[in-house]
Amino acid sequence: MEKGKNKQSRRKFISKTVPAALGAIGGVGLVAQSCNTTEEEEKVSLLTPDGQLVEVNKSSMQPVSPAEARKGIPGKQFVMVIDLSRCKNARKCVTKCQKMHDLPPEDEWIKVFLMQDSSDTAPYWFPKPCFHCNQPPCVKVCPVGATYKRTDGLVLVDNERCIGCKFCMTACPYSSRVFQWKEPKETNFADREYSPETSTPHKVGTVGKCDFCPDMIRQGKLPDCVSGCPNGVIFFGNKKEDIVSNGTESFRFSELIHDRAGYHFMAELGTEPNVYYLPPVDRLFDYEKGFNNLTDEQVEFYKKSIVKKH
Amino acid sequence: MNLNPKSAKMLDYFASQMVKVSKPGIFWLAIATVFIIGGFYALIVQIVEGHIVTGMRDNVVWGIFIANFIFFIGISYAGALISGILHLLRVEWRTPIIRIAEIITVISTLIGPAYILLCMGRLDRLHHLALFGRIQSPIIWDVMAITTYLIGSIIFLYLASIRDLAALRDYPFKSKWRNKIYTILAIGFNGTPKQNRYLDRSLDIMSAIIIPLAILVHSVLAWIFGMTLRPGWHSTIFAPYFVVAAVFSGTGVLIIALWIFRKYYKLESYITKIHFNYLGIILMILGALYAYFTFSEYLTSWYGSETWEMEVLYKLFNPNEYWWWFFFAAIIGVVLPIIVILIPKFRNINSITAVSVIAVLALWVKRYLIIIPTLEAPLLPLQDMRPEYIHYTPTIIEWLLTFAGVALFCVLFFLFSKFMPILPVVKADEGNYAELRKTVLKRIVKEKMKETEIKESEKMKDL
Repeated sequence: MEKGKNKQSRRKFISKTVPAALGAIGGVGLVAQSCNTTEEEEKVSLLTPDGQLVEVNKSSMQPVSPAEARKGIPGKQFVMVIDLSRCKNARKCVTKCQKMHDLPPEDEWIKVFLMQDSSDTAPYWFPKPCFHCNQPPCVKVCPVGATYKRTDGLVLVDNERCIGCKFCMTACPYSSRVFQWKEPKETNFADREYSPETSTPHKVGTVGKCDFCPDMIRQGKLPDCVSGCPNGVIFFGNKKEDIVSNGTESFRFSELIHDRAGYHFMAELGTEPNVYYLPPVDRLFDYEKGFNNLTDEQVEFYKKSIVKKH
Repeated sequence: MNLNPKSAKMLDYFASQMVKVSKPGIFWLAIATVFIIGGFYALIVQIVEGHIVTGMRDNVVWGIFIANFIFFIGISYAGALISGILHLLRVEWRTPIIRIAEIITVISTLIGPAYILLCMGRLDRLHHLALFGRIQSPIIWDVMAITTYLIGSIIFLYLASIRDLAALRDYPFKSKWRNKIYTILAIGFNGTPKQNRYLDRSLDIMSAIIIPLAILVHSVLAWIFGMTLRPGWHSTIFAPYFVVAAVFSGTGVLIIALWIFRKYYKLESYITKIHFNYLGIILMILGALYAYFTFSEYLTSWYGSETWEMEVLYKLFNPNEYWWWFFFAAIIGVVLPIIVILIPKFRNINSITAVSVIAVLALWVKRYLIIIPTLEAPLLPLQDMRPEYIHYTPTIIEWLLTFAGVALFCVLFFLFSKFMPILPVVKADEGNYAELRKTVLKRIVKEKMKETEIKESEKMKDL
């Protein structure tokens, strides 16, 4: 088919999309900071708003402040496409995400469910991040605006504002949110400056969830669940540029959704997610492959808890 | 203030009761204090350790704290609706019960919201509600509604107490601090016709305001659940359902409180069987209404049998999960009060109180069943290996704080009864105003009659 035509290297994809964005957002500030560079430090090339390429220190690229993180990256509309035909519950997206966001093993911001639509249909593995809905029920109910929708489509949480009422957790129909029930363990992330774009360090009594890794996007990288997946299940990209990539392959978003019958999970709820699913047809793996890296107890549990979706 | 002899005698009795605490009183007070200390300990543990000490986890994010919150706001309806409506309708027998009803309202509206605070992960950021409050959020509606309601019910209680405060001000207490406080609170009320007129007018206005306000408060509370896309919550009848359940439980608590104070302060001559009978009949009617709402709610979701709704229903109707609780909350707690009150043979003061206790307990369980099973049935399958994330069990900390709330309710009630007569002593028609109005009316009628007589006699003359 024509898919090959759209294939691009990851570098090309990144070089196309990211520097412009970075320049537009942080350009001026970063230029100012770049005066202090020393020779040994790693440099990053950036495009300033007036079209000049500059080099700045990597270390000077601090995560954006909570106020800045409310604005969103101009010209972007982030989407994720999850190809269910490729998932075999390798769980790399889960562990990579936990490493990236400094989460304990029991907290999962992206979860992998075992789904079965009816008793006659085949089970399939179902990775589920936050859907970053365009009509987010969680944002609607937040009493203090601690969770908010950005112009680039992201729904983020400012855990310096969150009062921990958990209303968003009951409002989210997709169980995407995780609460910090106790003081988070001391890690090397603890002295990091907090930003809603990194969602770290965590704070006790506040809500966290998948953030689509905007800090990675700003650095020209894909979210960790995308790059971490060994089977290229998850595609990520900018809807306005109509392109999504899993790191090794890139597709036109509209064509991918059109050709592979992409759909919204529980579209009937009217939340308009920014995560699309490709149905589990012509699968690469049998779903039972997904039991390989699980204990017998876990397998038993999954088989018991499998629930019909509709 | 000049009181009639009956009121003066009553005031004498209450004033003597107010300055002493009987032995059983001390005993119960000590027990309640133990519970309050237990709750205080639990509170400190929760603040220090975080919410991990509760049974709440990522799926069941709200536990019995929210059930307690709805419960307390529910029983606050005793004063707001019952007393407000009885006042507006000028029901004769209301007098001995309205003070108790209004106190229930104020105290439970004070305690209820505390449970919301216990549910908040970051109490230190409470001021964010003022700094960043968003009117789109039902929580903000709730904050505004409850604050208004609390202020409204305090004003209502205060207005209805001014006559007694004035009488207490003029009563010769041994300790002078009481008289000083009463003097301030009585704001110079002397029962002059003008004062009486203004007070009666304000009471009428307040009771008219408090009724819609109370309905609004519980509706907003119901909408916190109704606005979410959750099976078992996302229901259009939730607001009226909550309101009816609230008045039902409020009436139940009112009956229990009447029974206790009648016993403790020996008020048999004031609070009589008539009051229990009338309140019992109100309780019965509300019970029937509540049963109707319950039936309607579960019938429609069962008949439609949408997958998600059914998951909640399976939990409620499964004997291994919540069926016996549901049976108690929705069937025993309603049918039993209705039967006992409906059949005259069963109807007496003690039996009415007993079924009220059952109804109130059932209503607490019902609140639990509204919150927990729904949260245990999210739309996505619950594939979590941690049992506490799948099934909610309240911890000792949560129970301690729950019992502390009930104990605090009792203690505050008790303290109030040591500060004010638990029944209104000075009648509304006392003082001069009503008498004056009667004499004025009589005079007017007499004058009219005279006029007509004169006219008629003149006509006769003409003829």
